[in-house]
Amino acid sequence: MRDITYAQALNEAMSEEMRLDKNLIFIGEDIGVYGGAFGVSKGMFEEFGSERVKDTPISEQVITGCAAGASMTGLKTIVELMFSDFMTLAMDQLANQAAKNRFQFGGQGAVPMVLRAPGGSGTGAAEQHSQSLEAWVAHVPGLKVVIPSTPADAKGLLKASIRDNNPVVFLEQKLLYRQKGPVAEIGEDEIIPLGEADVKREGRDLTVITYGRMVPRSLKVAEDMAKDGVDIEVIDIRTLVPLDKEALIKSAKKTGKVLIVHEACQTGGFGGELVSVVVDSDAFFYLDAPVKRLGGLDVPIPYNPNLEAQVVPTEEKITAAIKDLL
Amino acid sequence: MKLSKAIHKELYLKMVQTRRFEETAARLFVEGKVHGTAHFCIGEEATGVGVCTPLEVEDYILQTHRGHNQGIGKNMDIKKMMAEFLGKETGYCKGKGGCMHIADFSVGSLGANGIVGGGIPLATGAALKQQYNKEDNITVCFFGDGATNEGSFHESLNLAAAWKLPVLFVCTNNFYGMSTSTKISMAIDDISIRAKSYGMKGLALDGNDVVNIYEETIKAKKYVLENGPMLMVLNTYRWMGHSKSDAQIYRSKDEVNEWKKKDPIKKHREFILTEKIMTEAELDAIDVQAAQDIKDAVDFAENSPEPKIENIFDDVYA
Ligand SMILES: Cc1ncc(C[n+]2csc(CCOP(=O)(O)OP(=O)(O)O)c2C)c(N)n1
Ligand SMILES: [Mg+2]
Repeated sequence: MRDITYAQALNEAMSEEMRLDKNLIFIGEDIGVYGGAFGVSKGMFEEFGSERVKDTPISEQVITGCAAGASMTGLKTIVELMFSDFMTLAMDQLANQAAKNRFQFGGQGAVPMVLRAPGGSGTGAAEQHSQSLEAWVAHVPGLKVVIPSTPADAKGLLKASIRDNNPVVFLEQKLLYRQKGPVAEIGEDEIIPLGEADVKREGRDLTVITYGRMVPRSLKVAEDMAKDGVDIEVIDIRTLVPLDKEALIKSAKKTGKVLIVHEACQTGGFGGELVSVVVDSDAFFYLDAPVKRLGGLDVPIPYNPNLEAQVVPTEEKITAAIKDLL
Repeated sequence: MKLSKAIHKELYLKMVQTRRFEETAARLFVEGKVHGTAHFCIGEEATGVGVCTPLEVEDYILQTHRGHNQGIGKNMDIKKMMAEFLGKETGYCKGKGGCMHIADFSVGSLGANGIVGGGIPLATGAALKQQYNKEDNITVCFFGDGATNEGSFHESLNLAAAWKLPVLFVCTNNFYGMSTSTKISMAIDDISIRAKSYGMKGLALDGNDVVNIYEETIKAKKYVLENGPMLMVLNTYRWMGHSKSDAQIYRSKDEVNEWKKKDPIKKHREFILTEKIMTEAELDAIDVQAAQDIKDAVDFAENSPEPKIENIFDDVYA
């Protein structure tokens, strides 16, 4: 074990998989000599060359469709979109083509591609570069959706996503790129299967179900509250599709109280789905309080740093929501 | 280039099969046996048949919503096409895709598309795989005149040219996107000039001349393998309405009748007779065979089982 950043973990996952599989290529805007807008692919162009690490024109639709077409015909592809907000420009190729091809062609072909894209606010990038759009893609059958919260998860889940035979939308968290954490040594090949939630902190009194950047924030709140004798369990779902429903239900039965936290706008957010998983199960009979969700405000992400910080769940808001339930 | 009798026979048969397929499909609608819609390519048979016939299995095609000529051209199984049209379990897509999504990976068809211009980006990817593996094959991407106004067209032609991908872009220009004439939807008469802005070769051809299309496709494949992508525009006309529901108030009967005089099948038939490649009797025999093939396809489709709801989750994920 050593400590590396989330960005470095992603880089290692891609590089290790590209060394193992000559059929795996990587395309995107400024991923070559520039190393990617967030520096995730530094050094990969030098190692793998321009045939396998391909800088593209600024054309999100064809980047996504090109990857899907190459993957349908025998290659494996990783696409980097510079910001997940740009999925809006790639949506036809993602949601109508890549996601549906296998089903609509009666099982002919598969589309083994990973679309990596950073999301989330907190960088002052404002309305068009800060969204959390995971619910959009989680709503499309045929796509898998992953959001890692730690360097180890980033590496293990990206390797699993690359090996998956389906289109996977892999949503990274801009504010986590520089965070360090323990990761297995290079070459140890630690794969984290898609569809397994992770209990990031065990507790007895209440379950926080969350993902992405809200995982470290919820953990911080849990540690602070532990000082007052409150014991919070924090579950990181890690993959939205497929979703580890059992893990959520089990924890809800144990603690009897559930708070769901995510950065994305609350209305129509994935939190609604998570609530429903809990209350639609026999965990319902173990609940001691209503299941609550805490999402972002239903507004675009504003520019001003004070405003920006307050439109998503803060430590204070999470703490208050937990106290309400206890 | 002088085409063999066997090639003429193949081109003629495929065109007549396509026409009978479309006529029969239209009749099945009237009989209430079809659920959904269909886009018929009567009048455009020479485009898909002329382009696809000289291709090899390893050459990919991306089809359009109006692509029965393309599928038959690429040697798809007509029985499975008809079964899919009727939504049967034995269809190409097990009844889940319908004729807007017909695909046959075994003959190199990567599928038709319900999204106008939706297949163009995918074609660049298939061609990237061919380039990456240094294959001697190309990807042919079909789309209509209307699709050339989509952003996907621009992004894909630019990328293909920048990367010198082995793609032959084929625009079936029937002068309308639904009711909208190209006179309204664009400010140019010749769609092939769009190629120039990508640094790509553009070519406009009579889309009703199957022999010329066949020959030009062979040349184009060689050109694409050596130089990178090319745009081939086939000027033709759709005789029927856009889809099953179209009152056709946007065009005149005279215009339709003018184009019917340029019938691609009649044109090929006359060429064959003038050049003494086949006799009337031989051609009539092909007509009979084509009609029988379609009849067999309908029998197969009608006697095929319906898909079962128990299998609905199959193939959502691989
Ligand atoms: C993105 C998109 N927009 C609109 C439609 C509806 N539509 C289906 S076919 C069609 C006309 C397409 O025209 P063209 O590309 O010229 O092909 P043609 O139908 O003439 O063969 C339209 C508007 C669609 N299916 N997809
Ligand atoms: Mg048209």
